[in-house]
Amino acid sequence: MASDIDMRFLESLAPGSEIDGFRVIGRLHTGGTAYLFSVEVTDRHDPGFPLVMKVPKVGRDQPSESIQGFETEAMILPVLHGPHTPRFVAAGDLARLPYLTMEWVQGAGLAAIAEGAPLNESRIVTLGAAVADAVHALHQQNAIHHDLKPDNIIILDNGTAVLLDFGFAHHAHFPDFLAEEKRFASGSAPYVSPEQLTGSREDPRSDIFALGVVLYELATGKLPFGVPDTLNAMKNRLWASPVPPRALVPTIAPWLQEIILCCLEPYPTSRYQTAAHVALDLRNPGQVLLTARATRIERAGFMVQLGLWWRSRGEQHAPKRKPQALLSQSPVILVAIDTSHPDDARHPALQWTARQLVSLNLDFRLICVSAIRAASMGEGGGIADTSSGLQLLHKVRLRNWVVPLRLPAHRVSLHVLESRDPAATLLEFAKSNNVDLIVLGAPGPSETALSWWRSAASTVTANAHCSVHVVRVPSRSRESWKAASNSPA
Amino acid sequence: MRIALLSDIHSNLQALRSCLDDAYGNGATRFVFLGDFVGYGADPGGVIDVIAQYVAEGAVAVRGNHDEAIYGSSFYMNEMAMSAINYAKLILTPMQVLFLRNLPMITRENTCCFVHASAASPEKYRYVDSPSAAQRCAEASDLPHTFCGHVHEQRLYFAAPWPRMTVFRPMSGVAVPVPTHRRWVALVGSVGQPRDGNPQAAYAIFDSERVSITFCRVPYDHHAAAARIREVGLPESIAFRVENGV
Repeated sequence: MASDIDMRFLESLAPGSEIDGFRVIGRLHTGGTAYLFSVEVTDRHDPGFPLVMKVPKVGRDQPSESIQGFETEAMILPVLHGPHTPRFVAAGDLARLPYLTMEWVQGAGLAAIAEGAPLNESRIVTLGAAVADAVHALHQQNAIHHDLKPDNIIILDNGTAVLLDFGFAHHAHFPDFLAEEKRFASGSAPYVSPEQLTGSREDPRSDIFALGVVLYELATGKLPFGVPDTLNAMKNRLWASPVPPRALVPTIAPWLQEIILCCLEPYPTSRYQTAAHVALDLRNPGQVLLTARATRIERAGFMVQLGLWWRSRGEQHAPKRKPQALLSQSPVILVAIDTSHPDDARHPALQWTARQLVSLNLDFRLICVSAIRAASMGEGGGIADTSSGLQLLHKVRLRNWVVPLRLPAHRVSLHVLESRDPAATLLEFAKSNNVDLIVLGAPGPSETALSWWRSAASTVTANAHCSVHVVRVPSRSRESWKAASNSPA
Repeated sequence: MRIALLSDIHSNLQALRSCLDDAYGNGATRFVFLGDFVGYGADPGGVIDVIAQYVAEGAVAVRGNHDEAIYGSSFYMNEMAMSAINYAKLILTPMQVLFLRNLPMITRENTCCFVHASAASPEKYRYVDSPSAAQRCAEASDLPHTFCGHVHEQRLYFAAPWPRMTVFRPMSGVAVPVPTHRRWVALVGSVGQPRDGNPQAAYAIFDSERVSITFCRVPYDHHAAAARIREVGLPESIAFRVENGV
């Protein structure tokens, strides 16, 4: 690749010039490794959304990362889909016409939003959960971003986070051109995970660490490990714990600190295993199990850090698991439990199914949901007729349902949803919490009292975004069970 | 143009037919056979006849070490391989042996180099089983795309801008871009005797317009292929390998 060809190509990118069916409108941005132009189509199919053209800085005096990054992005972006990544339009040949045209994602840059940090709690939760959703969507497609930072995140008007710049990304289905690269180059210094520093390119939990840095930044306005400028300075994150967010901003809730510090654990196995779990906890603060991390207001003690430092020597992070494989071992399972009928014969069957499902998985989250009819005002006068009273009653019943499973508290959460349309509420709740599997009871054949569930079960099965496991108690055995329990001993 | 790359067929006619059907289904219009048509399996003659027909219609075929063993040296082979070579020697016609004798060692075409083992001294049949072996192969080939067999596993080695190569374990059915500014060495796997624990037949498709390679796995009746091996009286260990992909 001769650099004079590249120079001529760049000179041809003045406003109004046409390249490969695109007309340049103007230069938007000059980054470290690439130029960004706004373009429109001339003689090719109009995709119907605004476009940007990314042109890598190539030539003798440019770093090789800009070419590696361009090639990586041109390979990975076309196979990504969904609302959390810009839509790919076209790419030119690297040796002749090095360009990449994609959707111009128009929204608020998280970098600009982060300048207002420390943000208030509800804003951190909304933004953090949106970014976690986007990271989860990427991991579900077997890709790892590796350069997650506010500069690369756009928040759309509807609250959706869109991730940009896949120049450092890894996709399990494609060769990794950066695997042999200088290690500290792959990622941005303040956000890069400890295992990336030791050469790992295949661990999706690296993005969970970067997500933790972003959350820390939104909550405190500071970076947990500063802006190190050498590889050695970056390596302190292999063993050093950051200053706890509550030490910087005392109003940060313990549960939020728990989430942030869990993301920033130096060992991937100690972090959240999936971004979906992070989003789940951010959206359900009352369900976050607090550990010593939650209330810490000082860094870990000298001896603890010394131990971590000792352990980090010679540490090789090299998990050979594809992102999807990790996700499939860390599912979010939702069980719909009809707490309005605590004696329902389906409850033990649901328990048995849930027990089987969680025994297959290393790092599951079990969401127990009861969708109840919204309390209508003016009916009766007892405590169970008020909204909070109903919530409490059904939460206790959920607790009773889940206790026999003997699951660790941090893997279980309980939710009572009030609704006039339980199916729609369940579906909405499952989708917004990145649920992988919904488990619910089949409607009973002759149980008129449960008839609203009948339609709920079929509606959920028909419209769910994920798999649905319908648990049925065979009617004959239920009859015989009832007969047996009614007959005198 | 989509070019189907089939290697290490090893007298497995059922697997060869399934891969050819799959390749047509994937739009292949040109065929390259990367050697080791005979050995191990039950139908060396049938396999040679199919490949000779393709070659007569313009397909490329190169020679593998098992093909050479039919008329040349085979002193290095183990007992299991040798018994299959002796079986093939008995049943192959002089015309079929002549076809094997006339095969070239290596063929170059546009951006592609086709060879059974390594492009670095192909007649020595060295395994491309490490980044350094792949690097020697790519340097000797001196073309962006080198396609090899011999190893019985699907791998994609790549390099550039520096010479050191990196190995990638491909996913079946994913089109991987292989741009010409890099050097690529693709090991297409074995049609007739896969050894990665998966008995499905393996081959690859190179798309010269999109400049991409797709590694493919094709389920076929491998139990029938193993039954044929037992039927003709070849060693049980060969049938076991075909049945289990080991």
